[in-house]
Order: sequence, then structure tokens, then C-alpha cells
Amino acid sequence: MNTSTTLVYDGSFNGFLTSVFVAFDEKINVADIQKNNQSQNGLFSETETVFTNVEKAKRVWNGIRNKSHNAISNVYFAFLSEAEGVEMMLYSYIQKLMRAKSGKNLDYSDSTVLYIAQLAKKVGREKHRMEAFVRFQLTKDEIFFANIEPDFDILPLISKHFRDRYADQKWLIYDVKRKYGIYYDLDHVEMVSLNLKDIHHNKTVKSDSFASEEYECQTLWNDYFKRTNIASRINPKLHKQHVPKRYWKYLSEKKEAV
Amino acid sequence: MEYFQVMNFDRIREKLNILADAAKYDVSCASSGSDRSNKNKGLGNASKMGICHTYTADGRCVSLLKILLTNHCIFDCAYCVTRKSNDVPRAAFKVQEVVDLTINFYRRNYIEGLFLSSGIFKSPDHTMERLIAVAKKLRDEENFNGYIHLKSIPGASDELMYEAGLYADRLSVNIEVPTISGLKLLAPDKKHEDFTKPMEKVKNEIVRYQSERKVIKNTPKYAPAGQSTQMIVGASGESDKDIMYSATYYYKTYNMKRVYYSGYVPVTHDSRLPAIGSQVPMLRENRLYQTDWLLRFYGFSIGEILNNQFPNLDMDVDPKLSWALRNLHHFPVNVNTADKQLLARIPGIGMQSVHKILQARKFRKLNWDHLKKIGVALNRAQYFMVCDSRLWERRDMDADKIKGMILQQSSGKFRDQYSAQLSLFN
Repeated sequence: MNTSTTLVYDGSFNGFLTSVFVAFDEKINVADIQKNNQSQNGLFSETETVFTNVEKAKRVWNGIRNKSHNAISNVYFAFLSEAEGVEMMLYSYIQKLMRAKSGKNLDYSDSTVLYIAQLAKKVGREKHRMEAFVRFQLTKDEIFFANIEPDFDILPLISKHFRDRYADQKWLIYDVKRKYGIYYDLDHVEMVSLNLKDIHHNKTVKSDSFASEEYECQTLWNDYFKRTNIASRINPKLHKQHVPKRYWKYLSEKKEAV
Repeated sequence: MEYFQVMNFDRIREKLNILADAAKYDVSCASSGSDRSNKNKGLGNASKMGICHTYTADGRCVSLLKILLTNHCIFDCAYCVTRKSNDVPRAAFKVQEVVDLTINFYRRNYIEGLFLSSGIFKSPDHTMERLIAVAKKLRDEENFNGYIHLKSIPGASDELMYEAGLYADRLSVNIEVPTISGLKLLAPDKKHEDFTKPMEKVKNEIVRYQSERKVIKNTPKYAPAGQSTQMIVGASGESDKDIMYSATYYYKTYNMKRVYYSGYVPVTHDSRLPAIGSQVPMLRENRLYQTDWLLRFYGFSIGEILNNQFPNLDMDVDPKLSWALRNLHHFPVNVNTADKQLLARIPGIGMQSVHKILQARKFRKLNWDHLKKIGVALNRAQYFMVCDSRLWERRDMDADKIKGMILQQSSGKFRDQYSAQLSLFN
């Protein structure tokens, strides 16, 4: 009997791609692909630890991309969803992709393909939302600072958008949930981890970390937000559908509602 | 970091309150369609798909700082809140104040850019000049590459309209009243030509710049996000046919990117208009937008949906379903063989689903299960299609019966507004 193996990787995207490479290369009968901090031994499978290798990861990346540009972004987006068991779904997706003659026409009536496409779409939606919902606050040392708490790990996806847009100001976006941020120093974007004293969501007390004009600007924005509403068309359900409540605590215009 | 240069916080706050309040009836808030990139490490860019940064309590998108430069106006249009004879507080921004507000909001990621409109003070040209001055200052002095939407002031000269397009991403004139007779009644000071002349000029310039770009690649941009206009719905008694034929005319004649339909919100007491407190026709507005989409993306022609026999849209079902019920001889359609155009005409199947069906059926014949997963609204679609299944609606039903079944099996957010059934406990 062909024994199956559980592959354990370091949790990074490159690590995952390396696992896929190893599985294809050594023709492993894969039982599961797991992150090293949450691996569980199966009863009837062996465990193999995969060491991340950028070269191997790159070969898998290019292999998928040559099949279809759409597929590589689906794989990356779906991976960042951090959904439970997404690795095996992705593995099976990549297998299907490699078997297909052309990666352009994917079969949406196949449940794996549909699942990955839908998952990628969810992550894409969150990415777009974060491009909209980040609210910078100007600190005393002239850095535009924002806290976020997204459902998915979207910081790597939004970095280019903010770098292109805010090229002439220093900014820092910090993911409170995953405890890392991206910082732009007018030249490069780099990953940072901070020891945050407090998380800057909406509160009534003003923090002394921010510039004095910051709160004036927020007042103007809040006024504008209120004034632009047409009371006779009020539609709270639609409002909540577009701006889900879980994001409110970081949106300064929702300060009073929180 | 520059902050408000001529900053008087309380005064700015007061002006913002007045001038944002007056601008909110303009429904356009699109920030899409322009792909201006960040130049020389400046500030901002315009994202092709547009971004809604937040939504008001009425559920409308906020993507631009939408304000009037001033609400002083020499005109007295009945439908307008800033009409000359209306007793409201008046204010005017200085050019620099608008620039500062825009930049400060933009840097904090509140907005995609500026939407600047104005009451007409002194003369149309004088007003247009000031609007252009704001846009010019943003582009040239602040190196701002975000989105700018300027209002074309009715009656402004061709020279100014030309200049406006060099700085703005989008230009718009609101036609407001869809019929010429309505315009005479509600806005006696304005002539129809005052609206169409700036549209014509902008359209011609866009066409010219596009053809020049084909030869010289670095031709500067001219209003890259095109033109739009807006019509008020339910103010002067026009039919849906009047509105949509007029919209079609503007799409065709002036290459409009968008025509917006704005349910009239009563703002002044005037015997020519619905009284203050009357309900905003939101359902009608919704149906008009659905029709607009059918015309632009689904391959319908206007005469199929609205004509002399059917001058108004059905309120209880959407226009595509309504069309299908009148044309049952086209159905049922086989989703496994029909071409794209025909698929798009099945009620309950949107363009997204059409694309997915076309992809998926290359691999296998589709049945109800597949279609459901793809996202087809089967509660409507099932009566108009066959798929790879023996179970399909084979009862010979007439249009009224189908409509009844669909209404019975679904719920709609506007249902309570048109229900003919009296509610027992009201």
C-alpha cells in the first residue's frame, strides 16, 4: 500500500509552494499540508517537514502563472484567506490546473475550482475594502498611521496601492490581529512589528501621539459625513451592508455610533 | 507638512456644513474610469475601478469630497435648494480653502478626490473660471493626481470648457429636467442650449484628444473619465418613457459615460412641485437604473422595454422580467446551447452568470445544481429556461400565472410600497 504523508511547512506562502514542489517532485501521496504551529499527526500517515526554498517555490509560481495569470492570483489570494484546510484545496486546485490542457478555461462547475475562485473573491473584496477603509491619523513625528483588523491577511496585497498613491508622505498601516505592519519611508515599503502601547480605534479620549490638527481634521470629516446624508432616504440596512459593523471602530466618521 | 494655510477652523467648519449640505443632491459620486498615475512622487492617483471610502446612512457611496464653491446663485430653478428666492444661509469658499480641505482629506485616505459644483454667481463664465482655478491649483501647485470632477456650468464658454477638461477627470452638466417643456416650467431662466453647448464642446474635445493620442502617445489627458449628467425623477410628471428616451439621446449624442436618475427630494415649497414631505420615488429610481443597465450591458434596445403601448415600467417586477413576460414566445431558452445574447435575456441571469455559464458548459451539460452554485436566481429563471434535467417547468403557464408564482415565492425590499393588498393592521 502506498503510505500517505503529511507535509508540514513554516506557514509562509513560499513554504507552501515549496511543499507543492516537494509533493510533485517526490510523487508523494499527500494526506495533508499543515502549518508547523498547528500540525496534527494523522493515525495512518507519516509526517515530513518541508524547508522553505525560494528557488523551488519560484518554479511552482512560474508553472502556475504560465498556465494562467488568473490562476496564480487565485492561488495567492485564497492562500491569504488563512481558511482552515485551504492548503489541501489549493493543492488539489494546482493538480487540476496542471492536468488541464489550458489554464485559461477553468471549469466553474467543479467544486474545487469554484471554492478557490470564491475564496479568492472574498479576499479580493477584503483587499478592496481595506483600500477604502484605512483611515490615516497624522502623528506628531509626521507619519500617517492607521490600525486595521481585517478578516484576512491582506497587507501584502494592499501595499502597492498605498505606495503608488501616497508617494510623498510617510505612512504606516498596522494589522492589530496579526501583529505586523507595513511602513513606507518615502523610499521603500518594509514589514515592521511594533510594540503598540494602545490600539488606536475610536475613543473619546484624545491620544497625545497625534498632531494637534489631526482632531480638527477628523471633526471636519465627521461633519461632512453627516451633512452629505439625505435624511428622507435613510436606509440603515443598506448602510450596514456596505460598511459592516466590524469595521466601525477604526472609521473616524463612525465615532459617534461606536 | 502644510496644513490649512488660511486656517480659521470654525469658519471653515461652518462653510463646509452649508456647502456640503447643498451639494448632496447630486447623486454622481463615481471615481472610476480614469487611470491617472502618480507623477514625480507627488500625491495620489486615480484608480481605474474607483473606490467608495464610506457610505452615508442612506446607503449612498462617498468617494469624493462633494461640495459647492458657493451657494449664492442668480438663478431661480424651482427644484433647487439653493435657488435665489429660497431663504437659506449662504456661504462661499475661497479657492485655497477648497484646495486645503481636499488635500487634508485625501492624505488621510478619506476620499478619492474632489467633486466641485457651484451656484452661479455673477455670470456662468465667472463661476466656471473659479472652478477651474481650484482644479488648476490642485494639479499644478500640489502635484495632486487624484480624481477631480468639475461641474460644467450651463452657459459657460467653449474656451473655459476646453480648459476645464485639461485638469478634470470628469465633467458633468445636470440636465435635471428630462423634457424641454418641463424645463420651461421649472427653470424659466435657463435655456436647453445652455446645457447642451458645454456637453457638445467637451464631447468634441474628448474625440479630438483620443484621435490625437493614436498618433502622439504623450498627448495630455482630456477629461479621461468622460461626461455624465443627471435627471430628476418625479418632479414634473414625465413618464418613464420620456426619461429613458431622453437618457438614450444623451448617451448617443454626447457619448455620456453615465446618466444618473435622482428621485426628487422635495426641498422647497412650490406649487409646481411635489410638496415637502412627499415620499422620494426610490423604487421608480431603482427600476430606471435597471433599465439603464439593460440598455448598456444586456443588448436591449429602448423600444423593446418602453414604447407607446408601455410608457411606464412595471413597479412590482424588474424590467427584464417584465419584458420576458410580454415575450413568452422567445422562451424557454436552453442554457446549454443558447448564445450569449439570448442567455443575457433570461430573467434572473446577470452578466456575471452568463460568463460563468459559457465557461462551465464547455466541460459538461449544466443542470439545476450547477446553475444554483453559479449564482443564477432560479426563482425567476426557472420559468424561462431548460437545462440538463428532466425536471423543468413544463406546465403551460401564461404570463400572469408566472408573475404570480414568482411574486409568491420571493420577497422584495420595496414590496410594501406597491402591495395592492390592504394590510390588516394599519
